[in-house]
Amino acid sequence: MTKRLAIDHLLAHNPTRERVEAFLAGKRFPLVEGASATFVWRGEAESVVLRHWIYALESSNELTRVPNTDLWYLTLEVPPRSRVEYKLEVRHNGVGRWIEDPLNPNRARDPFGANSVLQGEGYEVPEWTRPDPTARPGRLEPFAFESEALGGVRRGQIYLPARFRRSHLYPLLVVHDGSDYIKYAGMKTVLDNLIHRLEIPDLIAVFTDSPDRLKEYANNEAHARYLTEELVPDLERRFPLLARPQSRCLMGASFGGVASLSTAWRYPGFWGRLLLQSGSFAFTDIGRRNRRGALFDRVVEFVNEYREKPTALSERVFVSCGVYESLIYENRSLVPLLDDTGMQVRFVEARDGHNWENWRDRLREGLSWLYPGPLLMVYE
Amino acid sequence: MRNAPRAIVLLGAQRFDPNLSELVASLEIDGPIATITAGWQERESDDQDLHEHLGRRSVNLRLHERAEDVFRSDPELHAAHRKRQELLRHKQDFYRIRLEHELAAAHVIRTRRAPPEILAAELAASIDSIRELDQWHLAQCARVRDEFDQAWRPHERRAVARHRREIEQVLAGCAALAVAGGHVASLLNRMLLFGVGELLDGQWVFAWTAGAMALGERVVLFHDSPPQGPGAAEVLDRGLGLVKNVVPLPHPETRLRLDEADRVSLMAQRFSPGVCVTLPARSHVTLREGRFEAPHDVSALRADGVVEAIAPDTVYAP
Repeated sequence: MTKRLAIDHLLAHNPTRERVEAFLAGKRFPLVEGASATFVWRGEAESVVLRHWIYALESSNELTRVPNTDLWYLTLEVPPRSRVEYKLEVRHNGVGRWIEDPLNPNRARDPFGANSVLQGEGYEVPEWTRPDPTARPGRLEPFAFESEALGGVRRGQIYLPARFRRSHLYPLLVVHDGSDYIKYAGMKTVLDNLIHRLEIPDLIAVFTDSPDRLKEYANNEAHARYLTEELVPDLERRFPLLARPQSRCLMGASFGGVASLSTAWRYPGFWGRLLLQSGSFAFTDIGRRNRRGALFDRVVEFVNEYREKPTALSERVFVSCGVYESLIYENRSLVPLLDDTGMQVRFVEARDGHNWENWRDRLREGLSWLYPGPLLMVYE
Repeated sequence: MRNAPRAIVLLGAQRFDPNLSELVASLEIDGPIATITAGWQERESDDQDLHEHLGRRSVNLRLHERAEDVFRSDPELHAAHRKRQELLRHKQDFYRIRLEHELAAAHVIRTRRAPPEILAAELAASIDSIRELDQWHLAQCARVRDEFDQAWRPHERRAVARHRREIEQVLAGCAALAVAGGHVASLLNRMLLFGVGELLDGQWVFAWTAGAMALGERVVLFHDSPPQGPGAAEVLDRGLGLVKNVVPLPHPETRLRLDEADRVSLMAQRFSPGVCVTLPARSHVTLREGRFEAPHDVSALRADGVVEAIAPDTVYAP
């Protein structure tokens, strides 16, 4: 027998102000009851709308006002372990204002601000993403590189692991949108923790930024040359790096995923490890113009060409994508092609969207597969 | 003629809440205590905490540092050593590939529905195959090591022999040897390079985590919940052989899923007649003349999937 939802119980008992107070007291919202999540908002408004970014669901869902009260509600089915970022749009006098849910303390930040987060049943923020006082912290050092290929300075930060020693040789991880990965995906903390837990080896990570990522990351020959012919050789001169393909990993999310794959495509065999998160791998089966618009033209050109002649570019490729993002189709389509080339490919889906916490939550699985740590060898 | 160690004491991890000094005191061991921290690799000399814990009477045998010195002064031996390690790594990789398939087969058989007598026979055959593979790999590793030892006679090479004499002198003045954990392959290689096992002469031996693992006849690597893969235990190599018929399992709190009877059973059967012994923090057990003496908080994995506390004076090496 299906258990009655709390909101249905309220609705069935002549809701009053006091009963609404009692309904709200001591609960966390959105109220998750099995596969159902009830969003609520309280106050005067013409209408209240849930805005989310779950592909394949209506992105706009109106909340219903509970008669004779100022409580608004909406119940949606949310599969277990889902993570949904959302805002509420509250309309007054025909004007809507998007706000974070005042009853929900869970927030996710991104370059555009913050969203409220619904954590479906069974979802937990992974403990390895939180600062661990027993993990020795690595350090970040700013870097600036004058790139001939790109015709200007490119900046970022270099991560050196705790106990960094010049006498030791390290694998390299190059991260697109590096500052965002540090800020919104907690990547320094993640590296500190995974290294401390021996799940990945001590490594040097280079967090690169671009002043114009939509241009430079969208299948750009100059960007690939900058990374491969300029930045890496310079890093190998300045840092004790293992100068071999299986110790070079290139990663990125969204357009950063495209930049990673297209760079490896231009320099096959150089990057022995790829980590591609929610890559914007738009393609067409007929014609050259993708529904996503002109920004994607260069991407489509590359992905179409690669789909025509897929080749092994790397040794191991980890691909992840959220099932609530439209790119799930493109990513699912890409994986069998990569697989058929003989590369080792691992694909992971998550009940999440196109956002930084989705990418954060997949880092452990991706990095520890691409660069397994000495966990099995060390017993302190 | 040298005497075997007086007894071997296996302990739980010493990093956060050490109990080594309590045990040393309870056994009324006086005088200097030799220590091995080579499993800490480049941090070998960061042993101040251990030194303080032992009442400032520890003498570090510095095996990691000595090995580095040997490799610097004997490049031929160094090159041969690297080649051997490369060969062992390859063998480990291929063993792992085959092991994964054998373990997958055992898993499929265990989850199949069939008459119990058929299932039991098939599962037993599957576990026998895994045991054969483990033993085959162990024999391969032993062969690689024996061939290396015969070809290079490392103990007779000048640099190694000099360090061995020094180690022998230090040990002669010590009533006990304490072997810390860390990187088990690195530790094992250093202890074998200098033949530390053969230089002991009636001392007590205390060992924990990787140190305890290295003392066995074979070193078994394990983690039931790694970030990747099924978490299958694997044989790494033969150990020093100071501890017979015991497979030490440190950090069971974080590395073993002792509530899963199938895992417990498989581990127990794979390494039988060796007894798989869990060594959580603060635990200890003394091994003497084939018996577990004064066990404290140590348990054995049983073939029926039960984890059972080890009773005093249990015989483990008949």
